[in-house]
Amino acid sequence: MLKSKSSSRSRIGSLSRFFQHGDRPWQGIIILISALVIILMLAIGGMLWVQSAGTRIKFGWSFLAPTANPNWDPVNNHFQAWPFLFGTLETSLFAILFALPIGLGIAIFLSELCPAWLRTPLSWMVELLAAIPSVVYGLWGIFVFLPKVVAPVGVFLGDTLGQIPLLGSLFTGPIPASGASRLAASLILTIMIIPTIAAVSRDVFMAIPASQREASKALGATEWETIWQVLIPFGRSGILGAVILGLGRALGETMAVTMVIGNSIQGGASLLQAGYTMASIIANEFAEAVSGLHTDSLIEIGLVLFIITLLLNVLARFLVWRVARQTPQQARV
Amino acid sequence: MSHFAELIDRNHIARGRQRKAANMIMLSLTGLLTVLALVPLFWIIIYVVIRGGSNINLDFFIHLPRPMGMTGGGVLSAIEGTLVVTFLAALFAIPPGVLAAFYAARYPNTPLGVTLRFSTDVLSGVPSIVVGLFAYSAIVVPMGHYSGLAGGAALAVIMLPTIIRTTEEMLKLVPATLREAALGLGAPEWKTSLSVLFPAASSGIITGFLLALARAAGETAPLLMTTLGNERFDIGQIIRGGLQGHKSVLTIFWSIVNQPVDSLPLALWKYAQQPYPERVQQAWAVALVLMLFVLIVNVFTRLWIQNRTRHSKG
Amino acid sequence: MDMKMEIAGSVFKTTAEKDSPAKLEIKNLAVYYSKFRALADINLSVHEKRITAIIGPSGCGKSTLLRSFNRMNDLTPGCRVQGEINLDGGDIYAPGVDVVEIRRRVGMVFQRPNPFPKSIYDNVAFGPRLYGIRRRSDLNEIVEKAIQQAALWEEVKDKLHQSGLSLSGGQQQRLCIARALAVEPEVILMDEPASALDPISTLKIEELMQGLKQTYTIVIVTHNMQQAARVSDFTAMMMIDELRAGRMIEYDQTNIIFTRPSDKRTEDYVTGRFG
Repeated sequence: MLKSKSSSRSRIGSLSRFFQHGDRPWQGIIILISALVIILMLAIGGMLWVQSAGTRIKFGWSFLAPTANPNWDPVNNHFQAWPFLFGTLETSLFAILFALPIGLGIAIFLSELCPAWLRTPLSWMVELLAAIPSVVYGLWGIFVFLPKVVAPVGVFLGDTLGQIPLLGSLFTGPIPASGASRLAASLILTIMIIPTIAAVSRDVFMAIPASQREASKALGATEWETIWQVLIPFGRSGILGAVILGLGRALGETMAVTMVIGNSIQGGASLLQAGYTMASIIANEFAEAVSGLHTDSLIEIGLVLFIITLLLNVLARFLVWRVARQTPQQARV
Repeated sequence: MSHFAELIDRNHIARGRQRKAANMIMLSLTGLLTVLALVPLFWIIIYVVIRGGSNINLDFFIHLPRPMGMTGGGVLSAIEGTLVVTFLAALFAIPPGVLAAFYAARYPNTPLGVTLRFSTDVLSGVPSIVVGLFAYSAIVVPMGHYSGLAGGAALAVIMLPTIIRTTEEMLKLVPATLREAALGLGAPEWKTSLSVLFPAASSGIITGFLLALARAAGETAPLLMTTLGNERFDIGQIIRGGLQGHKSVLTIFWSIVNQPVDSLPLALWKYAQQPYPERVQQAWAVALVLMLFVLIVNVFTRLWIQNRTRHSKG
Repeated sequence: MDMKMEIAGSVFKTTAEKDSPAKLEIKNLAVYYSKFRALADINLSVHEKRITAIIGPSGCGKSTLLRSFNRMNDLTPGCRVQGEINLDGGDIYAPGVDVVEIRRRVGMVFQRPNPFPKSIYDNVAFGPRLYGIRRRSDLNEIVEKAIQQAALWEEVKDKLHQSGLSLSGGQQQRLCIARALAVEPEVILMDEPASALDPISTLKIEELMQGLKQTYTIVIVTHNMQQAARVSDFTAMMMIDELRAGRMIEYDQTNIIFTRPSDKRTEDYVTGRFG
């Protein structure tokens, strides 16, 4: 008897507490909003999946398969996205190829060599590169970078590397007179992702304990030997994370790439050709897409972009998890 | 002689010199690369300032664009459009962003917290053009037309992860003692969050928001399929018309956002590709405006952060 | 016959005639961090193939002194050195001296074990590889010899390819000693090598040192007086003066320092009256 009375009293007590301080509604709100954010992510993926149904059903996997005969034909309602997939992958991978050594070099300079008073201003200037809007890069690209840098470089590469067997297929010219080409896109992407790689790598290096450098120097290693043989291996997962972040950024970059890549579907692997990327075709054609299938196809391309960046994200998190699990801390005694 | 000494004695001196030379070369290379990376930065800034600056006059800011081929005119529609769209983006992104951040900071290890962090990461990695596609399907299609509303929503999705992340980080930086003191005095959780934690973290939150805003203001891709562009966009006209017709504030507001709007990045994109030299000139001027806006916000927030940290340390 | 070296007012007694020659001779050493003088008027002769301990209350500059022996102080911005440190008669601070070579000849072991995140083998092979030794057979030999000298071989011989970080604290420290031994230095500097370790590991390292002194000259900094008394042949006592510069108060054979020191301050310190 007594027991049930006190328990019912405590139940009433907790109910009033439920509403009393406004805590539960507050918790409810923030839980709800958090759930909405998660739902937003799912909704984006879901929407892309649903809206691209038409194309997926009609073309299936052949929509994405590599092909020697590119065919993107809004008039006859036949769509094949390989040129765009290839263009995105080629330009982004080359961007990473160029940006990684440069970004690492900058990170090393800022972390190990730069005097302390110079470090913040310099880091900040490098990061400013990432703040400039993509369209502004595109405008400068069209009127300045292409004619003054890309076109001459393209001619040079075509004349030299283009002649080498095998590697030469990447550099067969001639580059269009304007300079609009995959090379242009790769170079502009390089400039845009250098800050990402540099900033993350710099943080990675600065987090490495000083004792590692001391141990190396005390054995007679030079500064560079310490960096190359101790610091970079120590920080390699962090650097890999920087690369993944940079790659993600490059894959999704739209405006600057569209303005300098030449927007051509023709096949071939050369960097010196005009090309096309997934983001560019969507940007160029979406507003004027007429038929349902045309729109669906563009949306499917968006879906592919979404999935690629999602996978990169998962990979990056997996890396972080693996590093945290693997690194036994230095001797705790 | 010891074994080790025997082994290295052979080319000892030469190798030592080699190692030193390699050291000098590689270290200098890193400095060179840093300078190399800064070249495009200054090149772009200086070029935009020169080409764009020559075209800026008062007309530029207060007039609507003239039809193609005619000289003169300004980009008023684009400026107003950018203001509308970024205002909406902030309106849509800040409340949910801040609230979600409270949860993320307070309960990072619950299943919801972990999923929230994952979703935020995924959202921040979604290319802006894909966000545009989403806004198109979710807002433009049901509504039946392009609008500033859809554009604002798209930009809000882009800003959201940044706001969540910076707010969460700022909240985490508030010393636990502050929170415990408030709770110890009997303040309920929500009051502690709103009147103690939030103000303490506010300067960081504001800087995070400003940086997100600067980024959103420069975004073009999502606007291509949500706001379309509208060279006749003139808020002044809409407001005047609304007042004359005795419409309510809400109705006027709705008619502002419920139509295709222009924006600075969109204008830049269009003008850059047109064959008329005057348009190209205007493109440079728009680039100048955009770039200055972004740079000023970045400089300002950096200086503010540095100032705050200096004060809190001293 | 006692030799008194009177330099700058400090007096050091050594029975040098029967003892080994000086491996490291420190003359009028002063070390500055920007404007601040951290060490003043240091004069010291470190005897070859002996263990020399540097003791004194914390903050008196023992580590700074030790680090000047292999020019690790060069890494600290703003650090300046005056005076001479002669290794086998040659001043290591002379202009044009190859610092990399000095650091090979004068190795160092740190307070906290700091193995690289590489395999045990690669940790020890790191130094030799810097010097161009590439052949597997050569490296195997050097690595095994170094690890044996560090009294670690039996424990790791079957797992040389495991990460150095997978070892216990005491083992990691011995790994760091092996790593330093692999380049066959002449002098080994130890900065409180056992202070982060448990008593058993500490004892192992102290035993190790007795073995090592057959081949190497050892200088050890320690705040543990009992350790200094157990392990070293010579002891140098340091203290800071009114201007917070570290000075050498007394330097003599260990048994003398601990039983009948000349300076009252030394006596106070070793009997535990302060410190």
